[in-house]
Amino acid sequence: MGILTVSGSPHVHGKQDVKKIMRGVIIALIPAMLVSFWFFGIGAIVLTLTAVASCMLFEFLIQKYFLKGKVTITDGSAIITGLLLAFNVPSSLPIWQMIIGSFVAIAIAKMTYGGLGKNPFNPALVGRVFLLISFPVDMTTWPIPHAIFSTAPVADAITGPTALGVVKEGLMKGESLSQLMSNVPSYTDMFIGNIGGSLGEISGLAIILGGIYMLIRKIITWHIPATFIGSTVIFTGILWLINPEKFADPVFHVLAGGLLLGALFMATDMVTSPMSAKGMIIFGVGCGVLTVLIRTWGAYPEGVSFAILLMNVCTPLINKAFKPKKFGEVVKNG
Amino acid sequence: MLKTFNIGGVHPEENKLSANAPIEILPYPKTMIIPVAQSLGAPSIPVVEKGAKVKTGQLIAKGEGFIASNIHSPVTGTVTKIDDALDSSGYKRKAIFIDVDAEEWEEGIDTSADLKKEITLSSEEIVNKIKEKGIVGLGGATFPSHVKMMVPQGKKAEVLIINAVECEPYLTSDHRLMLEKADEIMVGVSIIMKALNVTRAIIGIENNKPDAIAHLSKIAANFKGIEVVALKVKYPQGAEKQLIKAAINREVPSGKLPIEVGAVVQNVGTAFAVYEAVQKNKPLIERVVTITGKGLKKPSNLMVRIGTPVTLLIEHAGGMPEKTGKVINGGPMMGKALNSVDVPVVKGTSGIVVVQDEETKREEVYNCIRCGKCVSVCPMGLEPYLLAVVSEQEKLEEAEKDRIMDCMECGSCHYTCPSGRPLLDYLRVGKNKIMRSRKK
Repeated sequence: MGILTVSGSPHVHGKQDVKKIMRGVIIALIPAMLVSFWFFGIGAIVLTLTAVASCMLFEFLIQKYFLKGKVTITDGSAIITGLLLAFNVPSSLPIWQMIIGSFVAIAIAKMTYGGLGKNPFNPALVGRVFLLISFPVDMTTWPIPHAIFSTAPVADAITGPTALGVVKEGLMKGESLSQLMSNVPSYTDMFIGNIGGSLGEISGLAIILGGIYMLIRKIITWHIPATFIGSTVIFTGILWLINPEKFADPVFHVLAGGLLLGALFMATDMVTSPMSAKGMIIFGVGCGVLTVLIRTWGAYPEGVSFAILLMNVCTPLINKAFKPKKFGEVVKNG
Repeated sequence: MLKTFNIGGVHPEENKLSANAPIEILPYPKTMIIPVAQSLGAPSIPVVEKGAKVKTGQLIAKGEGFIASNIHSPVTGTVTKIDDALDSSGYKRKAIFIDVDAEEWEEGIDTSADLKKEITLSSEEIVNKIKEKGIVGLGGATFPSHVKMMVPQGKKAEVLIINAVECEPYLTSDHRLMLEKADEIMVGVSIIMKALNVTRAIIGIENNKPDAIAHLSKIAANFKGIEVVALKVKYPQGAEKQLIKAAINREVPSGKLPIEVGAVVQNVGTAFAVYEAVQKNKPLIERVVTITGKGLKKPSNLMVRIGTPVTLLIEHAGGMPEKTGKVINGGPMMGKALNSVDVPVVKGTSGIVVVQDEETKREEVYNCIRCGKCVSVCPMGLEPYLLAVVSEQEKLEEAEKDRIMDCMECGSCHYTCPSGRPLLDYLRVGKNKIMRSRKK
């Protein structure tokens, strides 16, 4: 008989571990990735591979030669950062910019804080915002989607503004929404993904599929996505009811831009979102409100990234302020 | 919808391998070792000396003090020595060694299997009898039962809750007892009701034991005021406060006892022991122990005399399997890993789980990814990730403010942590440090 192991209870462990969670997120990202390949073709494939490879490489180099510690690129978190960063850029972005974005995401936003679990901001979003500020033209030049296997002739114009951009610009010029909406793709196209935009954000359908998968696998909970999307719908709904000529309707706000991608994949990042259910609800509502504020009154047509990053800042405070309900704290006996 | 508690909880693999194995009587060896510390509170004081002849059921160690319990000889024989012996805690502690002779029961003990339904003793006599016969909580905590039956002044017991949840994976001793000794259990429950002067008792059973629920419900119909409630399967429902919440929807305030909300909780095995003590005059000298594990040939439920070495139980179940990682005294969530199988079964041994190396190996530890799963599963609504950090940093005041002392060490946080962090280990360290600083 061998020697018995003695250690504290519990002596069994649940089935979930970090690698399985990361693998689950990657699986959930696949539908949106395939849609981007379909509509943006080879450019999307190259950018996605570049982002994933450079994120993993930077993490490897920093851990191996700079920190001289354990290399953890197999945990899958760098792959997710790479995928999400690629999801947040236009398919025509120069490859060298993609590599710089990956460097910022991994080296600055993640490893400087101590790696997985220690970063206060979503690394992919930091990378994205860095690129947006540094290369504003390249980051807002949106190729028009063209299914790779389609035989239809390519239109003359190969780039165009996003739906959010059309509306923002038009409203600033004083045009009314009823005129502007005719220049915007149909809601069906927006739902399926047949629109211009960042790689991963175009297809609401694909993102929702991935989100449902993560909910079923208990990788995310409903709290953040539901309150993020819900508060956006309510806030834009109120504005729309006040003046439908000046404010776009809630369905438009949900389908256009990166709201679904942000609500299901970026805001739900475990590391940078609050711990308790109460905290997650506050976080989600904050993201929604900030998104609408930026989209409606801010300088940028899209506000999801900024909203999530701003709420990331609040996460430690939310964790402190909104503690879970303790057992035996509120005594209601009946 | 089935009742359950409201905050947190996990659902580990149930692995009730021995659920269909009827209780067998395990023969005991030539030498028995009876530790004198078998219940919460002060160790008992031996009242026999080396060379003394003892009969089965004779008092051999007396509980002195408010929280203490009597210990009786589980066998007939001669006391060979009173010496230190390894017990399940891994420490050497005082124990009484007895060499076994032919069995002769102490006078006045009814060893027949006849059911005695009529309760003739008064409330006070019942409590005294339970104290005299060394009955302790058999769910694992081994709190002397008679103490729980003495309701403090100014408080009133309204309902008796019988803990038949058996929420720990693997364990089936309560389950089998309910199937085989239901009448005795019901009489035991009625006795405790009389002692507490309550008219209502609720037996809480998790829904993974439908046969026990059906059987007890049928028999409960013949007894006044006893009600069987099916509960949703969720760990740790067998914890006192969680069970009270599930059964009667009352929350015991932090740091308070169940009597605060008018409840008294007793284990179903204890109810059986109470029956034997009060109706049959039989002290607590044997109990049902589950011996189980995936590597064992014959997972079983055994009626075991106190003092029988654990190794005999394992032999009965087919011997120690290869690749055994741990032998656990109790269930895999809250039980203690034994460092030796030569330790004796005591009153608190509800099961012995032999766990394969694969199953019990600790996971690779990653950084905390702040997923909040530990927060969502904590049945006390605590923040284990935070308490682990402040414990490690010895910020004890902060830990206390965040109610670390509410932690009952159910292990749900560690169980669920995807980063494999030993959260409960950290919390235990913090709790110990606070306890030590309080004593100073």
